[in-house]
Amino acid sequence: MKNLQRLVKISAQRITRNPYHALAAFLVMFFTFFVVGAFILVSFGSNVLLRYFESRPAVTAFLKDGTTTDKVKSIQDTLVKTQVVSKTRYVSKEEALKIYKERNKDQPLLSEFVTADVLPASIEVSTYKIDDLSKVAGILQKNSDVEEVVFQQNIIETLSSWTRALRNIGGGVVVFLLVTSFLTTLIVVGLNISIHRDEIEIMRLVGATANYIRTPFILEGIFYGAVSAAVATSVLWAIIAWFSPALQRIFSGIPLFPVNSSVFGYLLLFEVVAGIAVGVIGSFVATRKYLTV
Amino acid sequence: MINFQAVSKKYNSHEALSDVSLEIPDSEFVFLVGPTGAGKSTLLKLIIREELPSAGRVFVGSLEVNKLSSSQVPHLRRRVGTVFQDFKLLPQRTVFENVAFPLEILGLDDDEIESVTKDTLALVDLEKLANQFPGQISGGEAQRTAIARAMVLRPEVILADEPTGNLDAGSAWEVMQLLDRLNSLGTTVIMATHNMDISSSLPHRTLEIQKGRLVHDSKPKGTKSPAVKKKNA
Repeated sequence: MKNLQRLVKISAQRITRNPYHALAAFLVMFFTFFVVGAFILVSFGSNVLLRYFESRPAVTAFLKDGTTTDKVKSIQDTLVKTQVVSKTRYVSKEEALKIYKERNKDQPLLSEFVTADVLPASIEVSTYKIDDLSKVAGILQKNSDVEEVVFQQNIIETLSSWTRALRNIGGGVVVFLLVTSFLTTLIVVGLNISIHRDEIEIMRLVGATANYIRTPFILEGIFYGAVSAAVATSVLWAIIAWFSPALQRIFSGIPLFPVNSSVFGYLLLFEVVAGIAVGVIGSFVATRKYLTV
Repeated sequence: MINFQAVSKKYNSHEALSDVSLEIPDSEFVFLVGPTGAGKSTLLKLIIREELPSAGRVFVGSLEVNKLSSSQVPHLRRRVGTVFQDFKLLPQRTVFENVAFPLEILGLDDDEIESVTKDTLALVDLEKLANQFPGQISGGEAQRTAIARAMVLRPEVILADEPTGNLDAGSAWEVMQLLDRLNSLGTTVIMATHNMDISSSLPHRTLEIQKGRLVHDSKPKGTKSPAVKKKNA
């Protein structure tokens, strides 16, 4: 324990005596973990968005006025028999009015002249797979009681492909930045080893073990990784908190903003662990490559 | 006891030591003399396993140095203190901190470190300079600090490689007297020097190396220290 305290002190002295090296390592790793964090959040957000759209009724069939409940039941039975439908829901004119008023509660003028008669009753249908939406839409369109069929296959497919592309690009960028961070740690720790070669030689001569000599450099890597990852996540947190009200308006109705603080808690944990891992690996490789003990 | 059995050391085609056999009993003071490049430093490096022999065996006590695993080498180096011509002090540490450094590495607690370091500084008469930095003290004081650091773990052996090489005559004589005093307390001292005046200043055994070969092993003779002292003063 006493030795660990002394090794931490040695490490801290080396970092503070070479502030530009420390700053270079910090900035590169900060940028890496900022981008990593941003991609994780965007990926997380796009998943929420996708789930939101998938959970929404994907096909809506607006019914002609006067469609009886028996006919509605018959349409629903027909859909269930296809075995591709996960859920159907009948929305009466009165319910449609309620939904309309709820959505426009901030703009009372829009609701003032709207009555239940104006709005059509509808059947909302969800399928297990997006691919089955057009099949369901086709069945509904053939039904004489259906006025119009609306389905959002394109939105979900587009969102899906964007999410996939984002993950692929993001993954590539993240790997590139992590490698850059690893190399930066290796170079900075390697430079520090070179600067302290006299001290290392003395350590060896007075009987320091290899671990005693290596540990301060490993601690240095851990410091760069942990601090830069923690600061990057905190900055990301602050930025998103700052823009949350505006984003909340843009994504109105979608449960994205404000981002739950537990998400940032997990992100912080993940980034700090990843930062420590990059720092440890970078400094470990540096000590193996540049340090003779 | 230090024992070399038919030891040779080659650097590529250059033979730094050639078939050297010697024995240094405990508590002996030995001068290792010879011109620059004769192989004196190589011989010292073999004792602390800074180098491995190309042939032969090196023993420190019962330890066969060339067969030690790398994890055992630090333990050997705690038994053998080293002093160099260029002192090898840490410039950003005070005299006290330099001397305490090996104790810190051993993981001793602060009180013990303070007590042992103070005792060792007293042994080399440096208590008053404890808070000075190496840049603030003379060459002789720096070398005494290095000797104190070598002594702080109470090693069985001290290896001194040209410890007076960078010192004026007065400081050199002080260092010699200090090494002699440590030897009288029971520590084996092996001192490499190319300066015959220094080696003849104290009545100790002298091993002479020429071109990597041990050419002469002389037993103690009478001291010339007053003459050296007068000449150096």
